[in-house]
Amino acid sequence: MSTYSITEPSRGQKWVAGMLVVTYAIITLMPLVWIILTGFKSPADSIAYPPVVMFEPTVEGYVNLFTTRTRVTAEQLAALPPPDGLAETIVRDRGMVIAGASKFGERFLNSVIIGFGSTFLSIVLGTLAAYAFSRFKVPLKDDLMFFILSTRMMPPIAVAIPIFLMYRSLGLSDTHLGMILLYTGVNISLAVWLLKGFIDEIPREYEEAALIDGYTRFQAFYKVVLPQAATGIASTAIFCLIFAWNEYAFAVLLTSGNAQTAPPFIPTIIGVGGQDWPAVAAGATIFLLPVMIFTILLRKHLLRGITFGAVRK
Amino acid sequence: MSDTPIMRAAAATPPKLSRRIKGLSDRTIAWIFVGPTIFLLLAINIFPLIWTIRLSFTNFKANSPNREVEWVGLRNYQRILTDPDIWLTMQATAHFLFWTLLLQVVIGFSLAWLINRKFKGNDLWTTLIVLPMMLSPAVVGNFWKFLYQPQIGLFNYVVSWVSCHPPAGWLLNCIDPSSFEMIGSVNLAPWSIVIVDTWMWTPFVMLICLAGLRSIPDYIYEAAAIDRASKWRQFWTITLPMVLPFLMLAVLFRGIENFKMFDLVVQLTGGGPGSTTEVTSITLKREAFEKWRTGYASAYAIILFVTVFGLASIYVKALNKVKER
Repeated sequence: MSTYSITEPSRGQKWVAGMLVVTYAIITLMPLVWIILTGFKSPADSIAYPPVVMFEPTVEGYVNLFTTRTRVTAEQLAALPPPDGLAETIVRDRGMVIAGASKFGERFLNSVIIGFGSTFLSIVLGTLAAYAFSRFKVPLKDDLMFFILSTRMMPPIAVAIPIFLMYRSLGLSDTHLGMILLYTGVNISLAVWLLKGFIDEIPREYEEAALIDGYTRFQAFYKVVLPQAATGIASTAIFCLIFAWNEYAFAVLLTSGNAQTAPPFIPTIIGVGGQDWPAVAAGATIFLLPVMIFTILLRKHLLRGITFGAVRK
Repeated sequence: MSDTPIMRAAAATPPKLSRRIKGLSDRTIAWIFVGPTIFLLLAINIFPLIWTIRLSFTNFKANSPNREVEWVGLRNYQRILTDPDIWLTMQATAHFLFWTLLLQVVIGFSLAWLINRKFKGNDLWTTLIVLPMMLSPAVVGNFWKFLYQPQIGLFNYVVSWVSCHPPAGWLLNCIDPSSFEMIGSVNLAPWSIVIVDTWMWTPFVMLICLAGLRSIPDYIYEAAAIDRASKWRQFWTITLPMVLPFLMLAVLFRGIENFKMFDLVVQLTGGGPGSTTEVTSITLKREAFEKWRTGYASAYAIILFVTVFGLASIYVKALNKVKER
């Protein structure tokens, strides 16, 4: 800036502010860095005192995360054919053999199916409803915000009681469909609210021109409004996906085996004498990394979503 | 754009005419578009709420559905409101709410204020600070249990290191990392949750404050500077009042979320040791899914819902008053 401005902070001020923020950021990121590091530590390194930052990396945590193992005697081990691959070698060094795959892959896949399924459904239904709320006269339109707020005041456990009973009688408990519908039901109010904000910003004249050109309402919606709302739809989708991805209370209460997602599963990974921390950290890394990357890529659209559209920038 | 002939024609066409032009009537389309969403909201949100209210007047037990269900009137409500243990969990929840909100508002606002000094690279650092908030509280909370381990945990090590080195070392006695247990001790367990919650959700308050700070136009400060108002005075008379509505909004969202805090507490302490960290959601889960007193738990859920709803309504009224000023 060439001209002097009385509102621009001085260089010294900027420097101090920058140092303080960077210090906070480093402290706040330490637990996350520790998760990623612990995933590559051996069990001994993970519980070393003082905590080690420099260590010899191993994928033992990842191997333990994806496999179940059984202990064998030294003679049995010696009688086995030479190890096939890195995973087998690591496990045999501990005097064990791989017995099979763990449940982590399945649980992770459940998270993907339920996360993407409910996001897709929320977005399809949410966009349609948001369009109608934005363009047509719908009764009770103004009460929507308060309704959204109020459905979120109920602790999930409270809603879980009747849903548990309802799902049991409908045969939906512990199914993918049941969880997809549940997460869609929880997400849809946010989705409609955010999407309505985005669609409100698209000038009505665009569609009205299309209608005059002979488009039907559906065509006008599909060919004119949807492309315009694409960015808004994408950022809303990310929010629905992150909610479904992170959700724990419903998952832990309503699923047990078949449709259980990763958040209730990761804390239950245990090894000898308590939790197998390198394996837990490996699972957490695989589970958290996609969200971290999304957050960094989509930082510009963050604010509107997390504040229910109350803050628009 | 708005000056093309088509646009002008479109603007001039009365809505009634354009509605009649082609296809289904708008009314039908509106219902087709809104219908599925309303249905889902009714099925997942409204219907369970009504069912919970119904159950709250019975002695129903979800683990023995064939048992005869008795209508007990208001007895569940009466028992909850006169139970001293329930009041203890309410107190524990209030304690969490107070400290998490206070810390998050103070730290969040300070960070936003610092970031708004617009130093080089503030965008990148803001994004990095926001990361904890986007992650699964259950998975991260579980890992914090590892960080809180007495001897080997990183948290205890860092606390010990800071206390043994200047500048904190001049004021404090050196603390041994195995001398304190965050999760296992009655005094520290509540703080172990407050710390993780603050770590996780301060960025939320920060982001909203930042939006508030950025909404203040520069010319107000310029005018104040011309009037020779000191920086300190500018802060109290311009910055703070103009950010206040945003800050209050952040407190509303965090307050509602923290009132039903569940994931973190389950993972960190599970309500223990004893019942020192037993917040309302934990009690609710124990009653509903461990003791299977479904009717009793439903009544408790309704009481909580009414409490939050009432508090939030009062708060929103106050918020609107601040906004109008």
